[in-house]
Amino acid sequence: MHELSLAGGIVRLVEDAAQRERFSRVSRLRLEAGALAGVEVRALRFALEAITPGTCLDGATIDIDEPPGTAWCLHCACSVEIASRADPCPRCGGFQIQATGGTELRVLDLMVHDDQET
Amino acid sequence: MCVVCGCGTGAALAPNENGHGQGHGHGHEHGHDHDHGHVVVAPGGDLHYGAGAARVSVPGMSQARALRLEADVLGANRRLAADNRAHFAAHGVTAYNLVSSPGSGKTTLLCATIEHLLAHAPTLPLAVIEGDQQTSNDANRIRATGAAAIQVNTGKGCHLDAQMVSDAFSRLHLHAHAHAGAAAGAAGTQALLFIENVGNLVCPAMWDLGEAAKVAILSVTEGEDKPIKYPDLFAAARLMVLNKIDLLPHLDFDVPKCIEYARRVNPGIEVLLVSARTGQGLDAWVDWLLQPAE
Repeated sequence: MHELSLAGGIVRLVEDAAQRERFSRVSRLRLEAGALAGVEVRALRFALEAITPGTCLDGATIDIDEPPGTAWCLHCACSVEIASRADPCPRCGGFQIQATGGTELRVLDLMVHDDQET
Repeated sequence: MCVVCGCGTGAALAPNENGHGQGHGHGHEHGHDHDHGHVVVAPGGDLHYGAGAARVSVPGMSQARALRLEADVLGANRRLAADNRAHFAAHGVTAYNLVSSPGSGKTTLLCATIEHLLAHAPTLPLAVIEGDQQTSNDANRIRATGAAAIQVNTGKGCHLDAQMVSDAFSRLHLHAHAHAGAAAGAAGTQALLFIENVGNLVCPAMWDLGEAAKVAILSVTEGEDKPIKYPDLFAAARLMVLNKIDLLPHLDFDVPKCIEYARRVNPGIEVLLVSARTGQGLDAWVDWLLQPAE
C-alpha cells in the first residue's frame, strides 16, 4: 500500500505550493499516473480521500490522467506501447525493450482559490 | 444570456457591482459570482488577471486561478537519495539495497555473507540497516555475527525511504569511522553498507535510497514466475540472487525459465545462484559485492 506514502507526497507538494503561491484552497487537482509508474489508481484515490480532510485539498475534485507505458524496442528500433514491464514488444514479440515513458507519478496542475476575508 | 453558463447577466449582477462597467462586449468576462469569471477586461480591452471580485472584498467569494506544477511526486525522495549517494561516495561506502519477498532468506544470506567477509576481508568495515515493520529480531541476528546493525521499524510502512536511510546511516559507526580519517576517495569499495528493505516485492521498487544497486533476492521455494508477476521490482534490480539452491533437488523450480522471465522484464539483469545455508555460490556473490562501482 505505498499509495498512502505517495498520497502524502502529493499533499506535501500541494501544501508547499500553497505557502509559496499564497492560496488557501484547491478545487481541482490533476495528476498523471503512468501505466508503468507502479501506482494503483484506485488505491491512490482511496488514500487521497483518507488524508486530504483538513488540508487545502479538502473537497477538491481529483482527476487522474493515465498515459500508457512506452518502451524502446531494440529489435524494431522504434517506440512501442506496453501496459506492463512484463509485456513483449507488440510488433516483434521480443523482450529486448526498455521502458521510456509512462513511468512517473506527477502533479500536473491545480485550480486554486485565495478565499481571503478582506 | 451567457452562452457558456446559461446565466442571465441581469439576474445575477447589479450594474457595476464587480467594479467594471456593463458596457463590455459579451465575451465571458462579466464578473458574476462563479469561478470562470476571474479575468477582468478593462475599458481599453486589457486583460487583468487577479483583479477579480474577491480582491474587492465581497464576502464568500474566492479568487480562482490555475497553477501549473508539473512536479514528480517522488522528487523529494529522489533528491534525498542523491544526497545519500553523494554522502556514501564521500565516505567510500558502497551501499546495496536488498529487496525480496518476506522469507526469501535475506537475513540468513546477509549473516552468511558477513561471516564470509569477516574471514576473507577482515579489515573491510561493514554495516547493515535492517528494515522491517516491527521487532529488532533481524538486527539482533546481524549483530550476533559481529557486524554493526541498526534496525529501522517502519510501523505501518511497506518500504524504506531515503530519509530513513539517511537517519540510520548517520547513527552507524561506519559513518563515524569514515569521519575519523579512514581515507576515502580512492577507487574501489572501502566499506560495505547493506540495506535490507522491508520484505515486499512491490513498493520498494519505487523508492531510491541512494544505493549503488538494488539486488533482488528470490528463493527457489517461491516459484520461477515471480519476475513476471512483480516486474517493476525485477526491472529495478541490477542483480537477481537465486537463494536456497540446496533445495533444488526437492522442488520443481525451473532455473533457466526463471532467468528467462527475469531477462524479459530486465534484459541486462545479472544472475547468481547461491545457498546461504551450504555456502554454495557465496564466493561469486562476495566477488560481485566487491567489484568496483561502475
